[in-house]
Amino acid sequence: MLISVYVPFAVTALLTLLAPRLARGLSPRPAAWALACAALVTAVGWTGSLALLAFTGVAQIPQVAAEGHWSASALRAEDPVYLVVAAVSALVLTASVASLGVAAVRQVRLVVRARRECAALPGDTELAVLDDDTPVAFALPGSPGRIVVSQGMLRRLTDEERAALLAHERAHLRGRHHLFLALWRLAAAANPLLRPLAGTGAFVLERWADEEAATRVGDRPVVAHAVGRAALASTGAARPALAATGGEVPQRVRALLAPPPARRRMPFLVGALLLTMCCTSLANAASDSDRMVDTAERARCAELLISASTPPVGDHRHGPGFCRCPHHRGERESVAYR
Amino acid sequence: MSDPNNPENPGRRARGELESDVLATLWAADGPLTARQVMERLPGDLAYTTVLTILSRLYDKGMLVRHREGRGFAYAPVRDEASHTARRMRSLLEEGSDREAVLTRFVSELSAQDEQLLHQLLAAHEARGEGPDGKR
Repeated sequence: MLISVYVPFAVTALLTLLAPRLARGLSPRPAAWALACAALVTAVGWTGSLALLAFTGVAQIPQVAAEGHWSASALRAEDPVYLVVAAVSALVLTASVASLGVAAVRQVRLVVRARRECAALPGDTELAVLDDDTPVAFALPGSPGRIVVSQGMLRRLTDEERAALLAHERAHLRGRHHLFLALWRLAAAANPLLRPLAGTGAFVLERWADEEAATRVGDRPVVAHAVGRAALASTGAARPALAATGGEVPQRVRALLAPPPARRRMPFLVGALLLTMCCTSLANAASDSDRMVDTAERARCAELLISASTPPVGDHRHGPGFCRCPHHRGERESVAYR
Repeated sequence: MSDPNNPENPGRRARGELESDVLATLWAADGPLTARQVMERLPGDLAYTTVLTILSRLYDKGMLVRHREGRGFAYAPVRDEASHTARRMRSLLEEGSDREAVLTRFVSELSAQDEQLLHQLLAAHEARGEGPDGKR
């Protein structure tokens, strides 16, 4: 408990530093999956550790201890967690859960809106063309999802680049990339440290779709030119300012003009190792915490037996189940004696 | 009638994908196109009959208009002059930062530096004779 409960924090911090650097150069499809696993595991590890730390603090409150039938003093004696740490954990946990809730509600609302718009698009073809000269192209998830492209975008691309654009958006829909985005977004809401990871994830998804388009079209430079020209055409178009996306398009174009990324194992192995550590540490901390409460329950049992000045029946090793019997009588006294 | 999924079709594109390709070609064109013109603009070696089938299917769905030209028809997309859809989509795109979590856009915003860098990248590539224009 002493160390293991903090391991998920360390893993999160390490991944926050490493993942954005490593993931960009990797083969995008496995990288996206790895980032999704990382976000899920570290978000669970983060909240789990906070919950354990907060719990050890809350469990020492006499009223809570009385309710839970364990000895607050025994818990305090055994538990190495400072009360300040526990209090901060409780605060951060509350903030995390609240932020996650808000993000989840907004996410659901937006998905509902997107699906409604998707269903309202005219026609039943995969491609919906907007009669608009502003260059715009995106994939709109739904059942089935649609590719939305403006006439302005279509007219600015060559025949082959148009095919590349469609293949790119198709890859987003087929790969259900919006689910990845939702996962990263919610993970980052629960833990702001995961924001860089979420940003990297969004970039990796674009790379995934680029690579898939390159395979479909059979020509990497064509996809590079499609991305580059679409981006150049879109600048100056009335669009809301986007933050933190600087440099992404040139990176994509450069990656497409280079040979496909080599398959590398090492970063994935390191990531898997870190995530395994995160999981086992959390499980370890949870079982430690469980054992601690057990011990405190036994201590409470002993306290009760002494305070009720009943001659000891059996030894101290009775389980909590046995000790629960005389509780009603002993409860008030033991609290009063403290 | 040719099967769009037959092995001679190199991309083995599904029917829905072919419809998108044809529709995109017609929207990008300056005027109505005949089936042969559409075929010439589509990448890959599509059979003429396949293109014809797709065109008449899109026409039946009410997405194209056509007029006689020679022995066949020339097709053009049905315009949405009122642009209701475009307006709705624009408002969806401007929904604040949340949209990023649902919509995957083809390209993100470019900074001034990105723009310059991008020009350089593409120009350097084309100068080496590897650009799409230099190659074909």
